[in-house]
Amino acid sequence: MSERLWDILVSSFPRLLGYGLKVTLPLTALSFALALVISVIVAMIQYAKVPVLRQICRFYIWIIRGTPLLVQLFLVFYGLPQLGVVWAAFPTAVVVFGFNEGAYMAESVRGALESVSRGQMEAGYCVGMNYFQIMWHVVLPQAFRTAFPALSNSLISMMKGTSLAATITVMEMFRQAQVINGRVYESLALYSETALIYLIFSTVLTYLQRWGEKKLGQYGTVK
Amino acid sequence: MSMLEVHNVHKSFDGTEILKGIDLTVDKGDVVAILGPSGSGKTTFLRCINFLERADGGEMIFDGERFDLRTVHRREIARIRRKTAFVFQNYNLFQNKTVLDNVTLGLTAVRRLPREQAKARAMDALVRVGMADKIDSYPSQLSGGQQQRVAIARGLATEPEIIYFDEPTSALDPELIGEVLSVMRKLAEEGMTMLVVTHEMEFARSVSGKVLFMEGGRVIESAPTAEFFADPKEARSREFIRGILQARQG
Repeated sequence: MSERLWDILVSSFPRLLGYGLKVTLPLTALSFALALVISVIVAMIQYAKVPVLRQICRFYIWIIRGTPLLVQLFLVFYGLPQLGVVWAAFPTAVVVFGFNEGAYMAESVRGALESVSRGQMEAGYCVGMNYFQIMWHVVLPQAFRTAFPALSNSLISMMKGTSLAATITVMEMFRQAQVINGRVYESLALYSETALIYLIFSTVLTYLQRWGEKKLGQYGTVK
Repeated sequence: MSMLEVHNVHKSFDGTEILKGIDLTVDKGDVVAILGPSGSGKTTFLRCINFLERADGGEMIFDGERFDLRTVHRREIARIRRKTAFVFQNYNLFQNKTVLDNVTLGLTAVRRLPREQAKARAMDALVRVGMADKIDSYPSQLSGGQQQRVAIARGLATEPEIIYFDEPTSALDPELIGEVLSVMRKLAEEGMTMLVVTHEMEFARSVSGKVLFMEGGRVIESAPTAEFFADPKEARSREFIRGILQARQG
């Protein structure tokens, strides 16, 4: 490897990593938090079979899962301003990623809710709890444990997916790599380096998932 | 005045009539065994009077208060349930809670008892069923008999006026049935009011004071236990008892 290339890699690494830590990860965390809230609400509405709201949820999932994420990003960032709705790039990315992954996660959470035996609900009623108390104390914790691997999957997929925010001008890690590459023209090296940092991030998340599964596995059926 | 009366309970599932007008009277301290062949509607009846199924018709008088089983409001259901406990065939312990938390949850979340007080009451209940040494276990770490005893403690801790048992030993391995029945026998001796759907004839005969014999969604015979077993009035009751005895000998 030439000395110039080595210098480029060494000097760009902390810079890319910095954007990764300061932009990619917070963007992931915020989007995931939003997705989690959405998914639990949407899943609970479907689980409880709330009329009307339930149809709205089905419609939301249908739209989101049926269209590409990239198109959704463009639609909101470049399209909505024509209707007078102008959002900054970063909040746009959070909202689009959140609503997008939220639709997939809602299905994971719904499946997990439905896997909790109905008897748990009945037992809760019989000791005097109301619906929300049972959901909070009994059903959601069990569903969360079941949904945990799928949700971890979503988190990792979302972390990598934030690179798409580059296309709507969010200065995150991948866009930063493009900027550096614009100056030095070392696509292979720079994008490999960027990929490596994403790989490091997702490896850490995978370990966190394993740790979390072990933690959650301490009660309940796996023993 | 009796503690619990239900009259003319009706219930259909998908157009099939499961309960065709059931009546029942329970006095304080009664142990009533509901007997009958499979499919007679015993379990459905028990579920209807604790509102796990909504009856299509019928009336309940609980502690002198009258309720229409078909239209009773959620708030009233919650109020009645605070005076009752229900023991399920397959225990239905909260899988994500330890034994202790299974018993305290109804006290802390519903009755707003302080943690310490709830724990003390839960421990009393767990001692009564002989499960005080397992408070930190999760349900999945217990045998069926142990789970059922915890489920009984969960009900006891809420200090119910009556406990409903829905075939409490039917899901248990034969060698575990005894420990659950002996807990129930002890409760009966202590004067607990109990309504027990069961296939355990020996238990019904020796513990219950009254029998409700059901078949085909109807009450065929309702009689004091001794009378029911010694001198059943109805032909179907006689056949049922004879069938059980033969099955035991055969």
